[in-house]
Amino acid sequence: MSESHDNEHDADMVPSEPISNPGLPEHLPRPTDVYPEAERRAERQVAGMFGLAGVLFFAFCVFYFVVDKDDVFLGWSALNVALGSTLGFGLLLIGLGAAQWAKKLMSDHEMVEMRHPVASPPEDRAATLAALNAGISESGFARRPLIRNTLLGSMGLLGLPAIVLLRDLGPLPHGQFETVWKKGMRVVTDVSGAPIKPGDIEVGQLINAEPAILFELDADGERVLHGTEALQAKAKAAVIVVRMRPEDITPSKRSANWGIDGILCYSKICTHVGCPISLWEQQTHHLLCPCHQSTFDLADNGKVIFGPAHRPLPQLPLALDSEGYLIAVSDFPDTVAPSFPEIARGPK
Amino acid sequence: MSQHTPVEETGFGKKASGPVEWLDNRLGLASMAKKNIRKVFPDHWSFLLGEIALYSFIVLLLTGTFLTLWFQPSMAEVNYQGAYAPLRGVEMSQAFASTLDISFEVRGGLLIRQIHHWAAALFIAAMIAHMLRVFFTGAYRKPREINWLIGIGLMTLGLIEGFAGYSLPDDLLSGTGLRFVDGMIRSIPIVGSYVEFFLFGGEFPGDIIIPRLYMAHILLIPALLLGLIGAHMLLLVYHKHTQWPGPGRTEENVVGFPVLPVYAAKAGGFFFVVFGFTALMGAFFQINPIWSYGPYNPSEVTAGSQPDWYMGFVEGAIRIMPNWESTIFGWTFSWNIAIPGLGLMGLLFTALGAWPFVEKWITGDDRDHHLLQRPRNAPVRTAFGVAGMTCYAMFWIAGGNDIIATQFHLSINTITWFCRFAVFIAPVIAFIITKRICLGLQHKDKESLLHGYETGIIERSPDGGYVERHAPLPSNRQYALTTHDRLPVLEDPRTEDINGIPNPSSRKEKLLARARQFYFGDVVDKPTVNEVEEAHHHLGDHTGHEITAGGDEFQGVSEAGIPKTH
Ligand code: HEM
Ligand code: FES
Repeated sequence: MSESHDNEHDADMVPSEPISNPGLPEHLPRPTDVYPEAERRAERQVAGMFGLAGVLFFAFCVFYFVVDKDDVFLGWSALNVALGSTLGFGLLLIGLGAAQWAKKLMSDHEMVEMRHPVASPPEDRAATLAALNAGISESGFARRPLIRNTLLGSMGLLGLPAIVLLRDLGPLPHGQFETVWKKGMRVVTDVSGAPIKPGDIEVGQLINAEPAILFELDADGERVLHGTEALQAKAKAAVIVVRMRPEDITPSKRSANWGIDGILCYSKICTHVGCPISLWEQQTHHLLCPCHQSTFDLADNGKVIFGPAHRPLPQLPLALDSEGYLIAVSDFPDTVAPSFPEIARGPK
Repeated sequence: MSQHTPVEETGFGKKASGPVEWLDNRLGLASMAKKNIRKVFPDHWSFLLGEIALYSFIVLLLTGTFLTLWFQPSMAEVNYQGAYAPLRGVEMSQAFASTLDISFEVRGGLLIRQIHHWAAALFIAAMIAHMLRVFFTGAYRKPREINWLIGIGLMTLGLIEGFAGYSLPDDLLSGTGLRFVDGMIRSIPIVGSYVEFFLFGGEFPGDIIIPRLYMAHILLIPALLLGLIGAHMLLLVYHKHTQWPGPGRTEENVVGFPVLPVYAAKAGGFFFVVFGFTALMGAFFQINPIWSYGPYNPSEVTAGSQPDWYMGFVEGAIRIMPNWESTIFGWTFSWNIAIPGLGLMGLLFTALGAWPFVEKWITGDDRDHHLLQRPRNAPVRTAFGVAGMTCYAMFWIAGGNDIIATQFHLSINTITWFCRFAVFIAPVIAFIITKRICLGLQHKDKESLLHGYETGIIERSPDGGYVERHAPLPSNRQYALTTHDRLPVLEDPRTEDINGIPNPSSRKEKLLARARQFYFGDVVDKPTVNEVEEAHHHLGDHTGHEITAGGDEFQGVSEAGIPKTH
């Protein structure tokens, strides 16, 4: 850095600056400083804005009581528009009035204030260090390692209760590998809970489905699963049922008999971060996730063919029960929903 | 001050002296207040950005408090029987039902909800704009680095606060956002599942995340925000605001208007303008119509679902990341989520926090700075800033790849691949272009300083040619164009000392020398005293006669086309 920096702003003294500081420009009077009419006009303007704001706030209260909640104004909630516009314009007028007041009527002479160095004077710094030093040496912190170390040690251990206390935030991870699907559970539509027969599904069709347990009622007519339990179950067990022409499907060895006449059942929960997937292109047999566009090939074992998802969409093996409805052969052989660190250690 | 009557003789003085004495006897505030009541604040439109952020935060506190009077942060299931007919009979959480009640049964509730959400969007937008202003003008330089770091803390907390609030109504869109966060949490290496189960109190969605987010949203984060905002303002007052250089404005002074009355009126008025603006937004523009999304259901989603705008860059990164996942020693690492989600945000905030210190290392500049820099006079910094913004924009665009695909009939595949390259290449291009533009502007400044500006007056010379007459800039302008620092002299690193002994720290010095070359290399220095004198002499010669003696009296020709001071 060049030496000239220290007082380069002292324009008079430092010749290295090409143009010297001309100083603050001269103050020019405003019309309101010179013409009494202009001043009075500005005064009326400001007071007018403040006054009008008051009127609007009063109107707000009137609207609150006279406009009905269900009234509609140009397709909007009339109450919302009435309250919002009176409040909003009122506030705006106060703000603009104050700005106008400052600009037109308050003194507009610029003031100059000198800055002070941010740092304290060196004596103060030295005094601070000395005081700190006196305090620390009087405490004997440095001289008495036994006290110091036991104190530091116990403070460190104080962190443990703080962490341990948080233990009951939630249970340890469990149940991530299972869903509510089990052998023999019917596959039902997610709208009505009706069981599905192969004949109900045409080639190219996709049905959003759920495990029957989500619709089951107990002896009192209450749902077996409801509230959070139902949501947790759904977040893993939701499925889609699709029908393709059997000759289009290229199953792996393992999944050769997981379908019925070209009807396959897949998890509806994206293996990326868990959005429910349902954008189905029947010509290509591709299923597209609406969240980040991962695309799965349902004719090819749910393989990822595009997008950020890594694992293929897990498939649910299907069979028919004695009445000819679709049922699950077992829970999903592969783990559903987004990956987690232990996923590869799973029971499957 | 001479025009004021002595205070003891005014009506105010007689009335106020009693209460002031009473208070001061107990608080002793007069010594501090005497300096601050007439404290000077410089004026510039760009200084309003931080104020917008502050005022929208106050609007959030006011409207948020109103919302808490009815909102019920519970995930317990209820059967809705309220005023909104289409959802009657539907099972939903109490959180969702009470948000419906605020919207349809509490008079003015919808308005306050909408003001709250608009103010939240404005809060984040204003914070980002304010940060860019501070960055591009070098306002974060010594002694203000700590305030820059506080600002980054505020931004981080603001994003979390916004996300927590967005999740509270437990509607389909916010639930989808939470699912996304759940996936992101699971991707934390090794402990992901534990963090998930502890945060959600069990498996997603659990029954406690909304009450917990509520606590964070209305207590924990607002308290931290308030504390940090307080510290931010205290430091601002202590350091005094930076100002733009100009005639009479130096590193040693502040020129502007006093807090009382002008600044108080302007700033106070501006609060009402911001509040009024958000109220009008709430009156006329719908935001987050949760009743049309419906309650959260983990097996439903709406196509084209989007987070609030400020999370768009993370969304984009998640979308274009290749689908890498690997299993090492039995642990599964979801790079496809951890890198764009946790990694990108970490990188962004670390880079922002480190910048002032990196720049200081490069420039070696340890002086206090109270005058702002024009972005063109720090071309490399400006270019870095624009490159960063470009990168952010590319991620943001990627976050809307499905919308772009349907609007412009492009394949998602093409857009994704385009964005994958664009996030790396576009910033480099932006860097190069921005630096060029800055250097060009610097040349132009130097040019008009040395050779005057084009007056638009065409003269015919005796031999028949035409020349445009140039006139020197007014001296105010000339001064403004030369207020920035002169460039440092770039030295070659010492590889060995005078005695030929290899310099042990020569590698570090070489690196620094390279960094300095990169930072200062092409920057145009301001002219020296001699250059200016010579050029002005020449300018006088060239036009044959002095058009103007001193720029200030010069009034004959329009000043159009002259670069503004700032
Ligand atoms: C600091 C005081 C604040 C309080 C007391 C507060 C309170 C609340 C409450 C009770 C709700 C739920 C009710 C509803 O959604 O209608 C809510 C929602 C929300 N809050 Fe806040 N909030 C505060 C600050 C903030 C801040 C600083 C932000 C953003 C940066 C924010 C963003 C949101 C958002 C986006 C929602 C969702 C609103 C909607 O449904 O449209 N809040 N807030
Ligand atoms: S959740 Fe399906 S692609 Fe991200």
